Amino acid sequence: MLRYLFHRLWQSAVTLVLASIVVFVGVRALPGDPALAMAGENADPATIKAIRAQLGLDQSLPVQYLRFAGHALTGDFGKSTATGMPVNQMIGATLPVTIQLALYAMAIAVLAGMTAGVVAAVFRGRWPEWAANGFSLLALSVPTFWVGILAILYLSVQLGWFPASGYVALSENPLRWMYYLTLPALILGISHAAVIQRQTRASMVGTLTADFVRTARAKGLGSGAVILRYGLRNSLIVVTTVIGLQLGGLIAGGVVTERIFSLPGMGKLTLDSVFTRDYPVIQAVVLVVTAAYIVINLLIDLLYTAIDPRIRVSGRAQ
Amino acid sequence: MTRSDAEPLLEVSDLEVSFAAGAVPAVQGAGFRLMPGQRVAVVGESGSGKSTTAHAVMGLLPGSGRVTGGRIRLRGEDITYADEKRLRRLRGREIGLVPQDPMSNLNPVARVGRQVAETLVVHGMASRREAPARAVEILGEAGLPEPARRARQYPHELSGGMRQRVLIAIGLACRPDLLIADEPTSALDVTVQRQILDHLENLTKELGTALLLVTHDLGLAVDRADQVVVMSKGKVVEAGPARQILTDPEHEYTRRLVTAAPSLATPRRRAVVPGEHSQHSEEPVLEVDRVSKEYRIPGRGGVLRAVDEVSFTVGRGRTTAIVGESGSGKTTTARMVLGLVPATTGAIRLDGSEMVGLRGARLRAARRAMQPVFQDPYASLDPTFTVERLITEPLRIFGVGDRAERRVRVLELLEQVALPAAVTQRYPNELSGGQRQRVAIARALALGPRLVVCDEAVSALDVLVQDQILKLLDTLQHELGLSYLFISHDLSVVRSIAHDVVVMRGGRVVEQGPVDQVLNSPADPYTQQLLEAIPGAGTFN
Repeated sequence: MLRYLFHRLWQSAVTLVLASIVVFVGVRALPGDPALAMAGENADPATIKAIRAQLGLDQSLPVQYLRFAGHALTGDFGKSTATGMPVNQMIGATLPVTIQLALYAMAIAVLAGMTAGVVAAVFRGRWPEWAANGFSLLALSVPTFWVGILAILYLSVQLGWFPASGYVALSENPLRWMYYLTLPALILGISHAAVIQRQTRASMVGTLTADFVRTARAKGLGSGAVILRYGLRNSLIVVTTVIGLQLGGLIAGGVVTERIFSLPGMGKLTLDSVFTRDYPVIQAVVLVVTAAYIVINLLIDLLYTAIDPRIRVSGRAQ
Repeated sequence: MTRSDAEPLLEVSDLEVSFAAGAVPAVQGAGFRLMPGQRVAVVGESGSGKSTTAHAVMGLLPGSGRVTGGRIRLRGEDITYADEKRLRRLRGREIGLVPQDPMSNLNPVARVGRQVAETLVVHGMASRREAPARAVEILGEAGLPEPARRARQYPHELSGGMRQRVLIAIGLACRPDLLIADEPTSALDVTVQRQILDHLENLTKELGTALLLVTHDLGLAVDRADQVVVMSKGKVVEAGPARQILTDPEHEYTRRLVTAAPSLATPRRRAVVPGEHSQHSEEPVLEVDRVSKEYRIPGRGGVLRAVDEVSFTVGRGRTTAIVGESGSGKTTTARMVLGLVPATTGAIRLDGSEMVGLRGARLRAARRAMQPVFQDPYASLDPTFTVERLITEPLRIFGVGDRAERRVRVLELLEQVALPAAVTQRYPNELSGGQRQRVAIARALALGPRLVVCDEAVSALDVLVQDQILKLLDTLQHELGLSYLFISHDLSVVRSIAHDVVVMRGGRVVEQGPVDQVLNSPADPYTQQLLEAIPGAGTFN
């Protein structure tokens, strides 16, 4: 087990380094120049040159990367070229919002998706299955931003049930936090719920016809126990995999929803920093997202062993 | 006590089960009765309705299956259309079930002790607190060694035989009056099969439990039951005392079943191959010389010898069978011969040329001369290919002939395996198991190989179909002068097809020689044990 963890951490480190190189080169391949963006449209070449020197952009790429990596190792991602604020501070302010939104949305997605999936599998060929499948088809085909705009229009503006935008920190006032975050989480969660519903249904349909489920019924177990203890429990591996992938995606890509509801999350930060060619911020954001992916994947892999005893963690690389 | 005036424990009369409205019922007018403590076997091939009847009794029909006629009575109570609530009380408590496949019938994510305990708890036979300890006792009674330790393990940590004991423990946990055992041992090795059946017999006798044994194996049925009910195509064709069914079968179908039962077929139907008299002077088609296969055990750096210095030959136009139980290394040996798994040491010569170490084009060329037929005709044919495409695939791979020539060759091959030309455009799922295995054989013959490796090629088939395929293999050997390497766990099948036999155990050859010599006067105790374990062996001889 320890050996396995060590191996995974080593793998993670390599992934992080590779990701940092890719983003470092990628950002610099973009057209545009932070010095130009800082100096303004009509700046003279000498000023621009001075700014470039100040930012270290006049040095060769490998030297720039090593300086960036060296600082990053000590936890210092430098200062934003657009705002002059420390990058750490900017990420520290926005990351919690994004994580909270992602977890809240995921909780809604898991609850709704798994319930609908189980219902569809149990009531196969009858109206609850049609309802559950119809819901997920609709949720998958309608773009999130459009549902978001509609929701703001009707639920917020016309009915006034939810605020149209804004954010209150969880530590400040949990009820207000919920008030502001519920609608965005709902919108974001629904499309993810659709995917979970489909996977749960497919997986459950398979398990419910398995021999051991029949054996469970032959013991005299009630249908509730058969469906949950036997059916759902054995379908969890597939569903967990999907949830893991989705959670990673949510941290990286709540951009649209954050934008629609004007939430001060990382999505907004990413977008702004790309527009201003804010190299330090883009680099840091990508590294944070990569790290989040890695952590989530590791957790999911560990979760597998808890869900299914047949999956044994081995110290060997696959 | 005379049984005739006692009340039957289970009485099935005129039972009809249908799966779809309008379709031919899967069970039509089946009927039999079972007295308390009695043992009745229902025998039939797949599709005969034997399992469906058993499941109907417990209200466990799969999918759209419904009882559409007749009566099922348990101790006089009509349970034909009993509601779910009644059935739930009945299942596990009044009627226990031991299902067929120990690999798929246990919940893979729950400890086996708990799977026994929950049966006790749901029927109020033990409180949640007492149940685990009681489960350990019951597992012990079912013959599971070290039950306290095993109860804490998961199904995948137990062998097939141990898992079947767990299923028996579950079936008998609440001391039901009736135990339905649906092919309880057909997935197990013969020696394990025998132990389990002996134990099941003793246990049910001790507890006074009546047994309804569902099986495809007539030998096993006669061996283990007082009464035998023979089913075919959803109907009961014959029923009576076990002995009588065997010695004096009335119905035509039962007679065919008795004749086809491999354990009965003592005289081999081996072909007299043209030129057999000279075969000793000829060099064998296949020579396997002290071949071993080692696998490294992950982590510890240890080595597992799956096959240990195995040597044998396959004569031209002859059949050599490798017999053994799971883990004996017989399949690994076949794979090494086919070049699918590289041998660690030793030599394999096909027509005198060395096969071990061949790669790329030379290995491909060598493969033309030997072709496999695998066990499961459902899994070994690509379901998206037509029969024509399946059979011509080897020809296309080796670039033999043009399209028109290949088409002619397919028809020729289909004729050889006795399939109508009309099947060329069909897909495997439109064929029966026997037909699929014929397609697999036709595919193997397409390139005109000298050696055909049959890995459990008839094990998945019903006895009557098995009989037909064995006859076909025999005819083909006669006509084409083929040599077979025949891998099987079934000694009775081997007796009917092989000229020479190699008995393997734990990766080693324990005995080999001409089939008559090895099977009639086995020198090794393990071979004797295998022979004795064949169901019906005692009865038939």
